[in-house]
Amino acid sequence: MFGSGGDSGYKKLSTVNRRMFIMTAAKLVIFGGIITRLFSLQINENKKYLTLSDKNRLREWRLPPVRGDFEDFFGNKIASNLKVYQLHVVPEQVEDFRYLMIRLRDILDIDSKTFKKILKKRSQQKSWETLIISENLSWDQFAKINFYLHELSGAKPVLSVARNYPYDEKFTHLLGYVAQASEKDLIENEVIKKSHVPGLRVGKIGLEKTYENQLIGSNGIQRYEVNAYGKRINQIDFVEGKKGTNIKLTVDTEIQAQCNELLKDKAGSICVMDIYTGELIAMHSSPSFDPNLFLYGISHDNWNEILNNPKKPLINRSIQGLYPPGSTIKPIVALSALENDVISTKFKVNCTGKTEMYGQTYHCWKDTGHGIVDLRKALKVSCDTFFYEMSRRLGVDRLNLTAKKFGLGEKVFNGTYNEEKKGLIPSTQWKKNVLGRGWVLGETLITGIGQGYMQTTPLQLCLMTAQLANGGFKIKPKIIYDKKSDSYEKIKAEMEKNRLELLSDFQQDDALVDFSLEKKKGDTDLYKPLYRNQENVKFVLEAMFASTNEVTGTSYSSRINDKKYQFAGKTGTSQVKKITEIQRELDLDISQIPYEERDHALYVAFGPYVNPRYALSVFVEHGGAGSSAAAPLAKKLFKTIVDRHEEREKIREKSLMEI
Amino acid sequence: MFKETALSGQTTFFQKLRSIDYILIVCILILGVISSLAMYATDGGELLYHTKSHVLRFIIFFVMMFVLSFLNIRFWHATGYLFYIVVLGLLIWASLYGITASGSQRWVDLYFINLQPSELMKIAIIVCFAKFYHRAQINQINHFKNLLVPMMILILPILLVISQPDLGTSILIAISGIIVLWLAGINLKYFIYSGLFLLISLPFVIAFLKPYQKLRILTFFNPDKDPLGAGYQIIQSKIAIGSGGLTGKGFLKGTQGYLEFLPEKHTDFIFTLFSEEHGFIGSLALLFIYGIIIYRVIDIGKNARSFFGKLFCFGFASSIFVFITVNMSMVLGLLPIVGSPLPIMSYGGSSMLATMVGFSIVMSTKIYQKQLIA
Repeated sequence: MFGSGGDSGYKKLSTVNRRMFIMTAAKLVIFGGIITRLFSLQINENKKYLTLSDKNRLREWRLPPVRGDFEDFFGNKIASNLKVYQLHVVPEQVEDFRYLMIRLRDILDIDSKTFKKILKKRSQQKSWETLIISENLSWDQFAKINFYLHELSGAKPVLSVARNYPYDEKFTHLLGYVAQASEKDLIENEVIKKSHVPGLRVGKIGLEKTYENQLIGSNGIQRYEVNAYGKRINQIDFVEGKKGTNIKLTVDTEIQAQCNELLKDKAGSICVMDIYTGELIAMHSSPSFDPNLFLYGISHDNWNEILNNPKKPLINRSIQGLYPPGSTIKPIVALSALENDVISTKFKVNCTGKTEMYGQTYHCWKDTGHGIVDLRKALKVSCDTFFYEMSRRLGVDRLNLTAKKFGLGEKVFNGTYNEEKKGLIPSTQWKKNVLGRGWVLGETLITGIGQGYMQTTPLQLCLMTAQLANGGFKIKPKIIYDKKSDSYEKIKAEMEKNRLELLSDFQQDDALVDFSLEKKKGDTDLYKPLYRNQENVKFVLEAMFASTNEVTGTSYSSRINDKKYQFAGKTGTSQVKKITEIQRELDLDISQIPYEERDHALYVAFGPYVNPRYALSVFVEHGGAGSSAAAPLAKKLFKTIVDRHEEREKIREKSLMEI
Repeated sequence: MFKETALSGQTTFFQKLRSIDYILIVCILILGVISSLAMYATDGGELLYHTKSHVLRFIIFFVMMFVLSFLNIRFWHATGYLFYIVVLGLLIWASLYGITASGSQRWVDLYFINLQPSELMKIAIIVCFAKFYHRAQINQINHFKNLLVPMMILILPILLVISQPDLGTSILIAISGIIVLWLAGINLKYFIYSGLFLLISLPFVIAFLKPYQKLRILTFFNPDKDPLGAGYQIIQSKIAIGSGGLTGKGFLKGTQGYLEFLPEKHTDFIFTLFSEEHGFIGSLALLFIYGIIIYRVIDIGKNARSFFGKLFCFGFASSIFVFITVNMSMVLGLLPIVGSPLPIMSYGGSSMLATMVGFSIVMSTKIYQKQLIA
């Protein structure tokens, strides 16, 4: 029997051929479908899948940006970056992570708390992300790791950079400090968020925080091709990061260091300022602390030590500390009285040691009294009785205007320091608005000697003194050095021009000049006179000279006779607590009074007396009398300030040549 | 007379050599070269294990195919049932003493090779049916008795393969068998009936499926639902193919491939890798070569005088087509991921052996196309 024989065989063949034909047609259709699908994926959606494929294979590693430096006026680095040895581990590249960790713990002598912290960090990040075992290996540790490296596969000793403050505690309050970026830092600052990498240090306070965006720099970027398991296969490209901007400050490291030395073991502040350029030469608050402690997370013990120190090292007293200015306000009170024609320089008061006014007894600091005093003597010996009478006649509101004009009760660096405080210069309006009570006339008397509601920062007192010392012109304090800012000569010429301008206005029409109205603030007022009659300013400055350089002056014992260094100043002793009658009787020695109840010692000064260039304020918290606790510090400092002046001018000339 | 010599099979060797289908041979060789290069790419551009053994297997099996081509078509007809029974026996052996790998007991250890009998069954079933219908009369084909036997022949290996478990291969065996049955002339209504029956029993079948198989089917419908889990393969394969674009990323430059984003890149996903590196144009070229191969096999079938040879060629062409389209549809995200290699291209000895055996029967049909089989 032949399968292909006969009718049946023919029919069978035609069936199979027909069906094969249908089959072939179906095949073509299906092939067409597959081609269509290929077309849609590879041609139509190519871009989409190309992106997805790149997303698969490329991974970026951002390197920590290198922070800009801070340097002082002379180019000394006061905040820079130090090479540090770190130990990194990429968990996925380690065969036996636990074993490695235990070996490292033994070699580096990691305590169990830190060890647990590292393991916790490991569990929170991806296995291809770098785990920082130690951010700051000592040289010994680094050497040890390298010695054992062959048995520590996966551990990578790395050379990195970290913030370093070579002057330790000397610039802490002025600069601020950096520490690990917190969740809050990331939310508040877009720039930090953009450049954030694990372990990034950002400014927490002070200039480090204010100038964060300039200092931070940009990340270096390493782009790697990675495989499906996240392992780096090869580097595609490397974009080097840009270091943050270096910021040059106007401060002088040497003077700052001396301030730190002078305030050692004391709580207080010293501010030094150029009376023409407004450049801050030094600003120190004591006690301070070492900002390097915060770099790698401050230890519990260190933190507690800072936190529990009764002298409160965390407060930047120069701009955050609010204290009654005491007698250091007297030059302003005197000036205000003269400017408002309340008294003449001939006006005299008989000081008997106390005076009765409005049914209350007001004491002079000298129980036996000063006898007959005129204004010059009142400033020189700081006679309270005279100032009670003068303030009574002046009134608090007129005093308020003069004080504010000279920089009290206003932020000196508006915006440069977030933590800066404004202070308070009282007025009748203020008391009504804020306290809801009317002004009591007796309050005017104690305001006139810098007590009562009045509160100022040491930096404000320094600015006040500077603006008196330059002849009574407005200046703009600054801490960031700017080559393009006006030179001393230019400022001086500008002030002279403004002085003459005022003088001619004054002569033309006396009545039109209305000084009771406060002028609008701003740079338009810069180098403009703050006085009505410069003779008044000169009178006050001369009285301050007497206070320091004439016998019976309150700071006579701190004088320097050498004309080169000779300075003029005003002491202040501000009460923390009202002195009771009993205490007055006892007349206790300072050592017999509890620390918190001791007076604050203050001193403001400017020098050299002939052609002054610098003003300073010294504040010693609970230091006792200004004449014995604050003025001697100024004496020591003035020598350095004057000696450094030449050096400073040389640098300035040099930097101007560089333009 | 020529006719007489043809009948008696006494053609000279030179004549036989001349009647070989050289287009088919060249296409197979091209595929061999392409697949070896693709394998080289999966090894990351190094001559490693997969490439070496693939090239070696291709050479051995190609030579084997060439030699077997000269076997008389009568031999294949005569041993048709035996072939099937031997492979069935190997399947049973595999299910009893087979080697287990990745959760499936598919391989038998033949000392010189680890054989996957289910792959051979894809060919054996065609040979077996071709022999069965070679004898059958057209009016008897749709008789109940003549339906039952093929049914048994088909269901037995399917059940064995499913139980390995290997859903993909069993489906492919089923499709191959069903196509031959239909080509042979079985009435369409029976396919419709069994289709309906399958549909009704589907819920029970699903209940019978292993969890990973269910997951694969679910994943197919929504691969993005779990991109790192079950949908990973489909998503990565689509990314690779899609990112290839018109001309591809270039030889050895398929990032999805060498960075190991592609799973099973040398077996089921070899086309993905190829398509990523050679793009739309390369993929079309590959499809074109497969198209020519299928066309040649069909053409040889058309010219075959024996019904056995004809049916085998038609069946083989159709199942090759099914293997190709199922594999490609799978990696293109048109079908669920079921294990199914791309003929010749994919790494795997058994699949290549089966395909080459198939080609040698086709070639034998060509050489002995005038031959009639009693």
